[in-house]
Amino acid sequence: MPITEKDIYKALEQVMDPEIPVLSVIDLGMITGVRVEEEGVHVKMIPTFSACPAVDYIKQNIRSTLEKELDAKVMVEIDKEATWNSNRMSAEAHEKLKQFGIAPPQVQQGEERAEIELHTACPHCNSENTYLRSPFGSTLCRAIHYCRNCGYVFEHFKPLG
Amino acid sequence: MTKNDALARMLTAMADDALIQGHRNSEWTGLGPIMEEDIAFSSMAQDKIGHAWALYRILQEELNGEDPDSFAFLRNEKDYRCCHFVEYPNGEYDFSLMRHFLFDHAEAIRYQQLRESTFAPLRPLAEKLKGEIKYHTLHANAWITQLCRAGDESYARMQSALNICFPLALGIFEPDQEAGTILEAEGIYPGETKLKEMWLDRVYNLCAAAGLNLPAESSVTPEYGGRKGYHTEYLQPLLEEMGAVFRSDPQATW
Repeated sequence: MPITEKDIYKALEQVMDPEIPVLSVIDLGMITGVRVEEEGVHVKMIPTFSACPAVDYIKQNIRSTLEKELDAKVMVEIDKEATWNSNRMSAEAHEKLKQFGIAPPQVQQGEERAEIELHTACPHCNSENTYLRSPFGSTLCRAIHYCRNCGYVFEHFKPLG
Repeated sequence: MTKNDALARMLTAMADDALIQGHRNSEWTGLGPIMEEDIAFSSMAQDKIGHAWALYRILQEELNGEDPDSFAFLRNEKDYRCCHFVEYPNGEYDFSLMRHFLFDHAEAIRYQQLRESTFAPLRPLAEKLKGEIKYHTLHANAWITQLCRAGDESYARMQSALNICFPLALGIFEPDQEAGTILEAEGIYPGETKLKEMWLDRVYNLCAAAGLNLPAESSVTPEYGGRKGYHTEYLQPLLEEMGAVFRSDPQATW
């Protein structure tokens, strides 16, 4: 049976982000297009942050997972036309992040808003009585907040326009 | 000079600024005054070196340039086009923080403008980088404001750092008449003078909110030379250190 786009997307759901292993490249909105050609399967993707050190690793993971799942040659390339923003993350991804203990990014409307300073709910107790400790955390995509309610320091997947 | 020569000059200057500032930021790794600041400067270093790489890549792919790694690490000092501001050693935290504040607002404005560039490969990159640099300026603003309100000593040190940094920061906007005329006429970007005016406007307001006095442009001599390949005594030792591993085996794959 020929490989369909649906098969490709289904297989991509198994490719997890190395830094947030509960999220797949689909959850993160990193895939901008797939197509089946004679010579094999083409996947176009975009990194979350331009200096993300995991990009090559993720490309390799996509290639090896898909080649195994689809039994076809797979080519992965960076889509230079598209740029990632945090609104590309699915609602399921937000829920998974929260369960993982990371506050999901606020959905952005318009530009130049300091969303990160406002209403970042604690993923542990849901309180919004929190403050931003640093816009930089353990990876480029995370910030560090403190919850005054439960006393936890927590990480936040930063909204990115 | 052709349009492509002018473009290459502009991109090289932007990329070299980001590369050198990125390396300066990385020198705080392990030495930050508090852990969050250690992480912040390390993260910003990673961003900036990544931004430099993306710009070198455009040079390579669109303008017949060299491989980004070779171009970043194997040039002679005089072929770098970074401004003096980014070359200076980190100094104490007040200097590093003030440099980060002034430099990153300049970058934010530059990328905001380049989103409209007629040079298509720059548009999606500028869009992306502008979003990332928002966190750099957010970080800088928060610290400048806090330290200016923290007491007489810290306020005095921030004002002193601003006085030292200001003429250096004007060097970011060093005019390049020949390339600039072409780039402006082609609609690639609005030109250094316009960017500088926008930057002055923005940092003036932020400084005023923190109680800092931004020196008058007319009262200082901007530190120029970097865009023409004349550098401070600090660049060469930095280049030697930065490129040491790469030069030990340029053919190595990682």
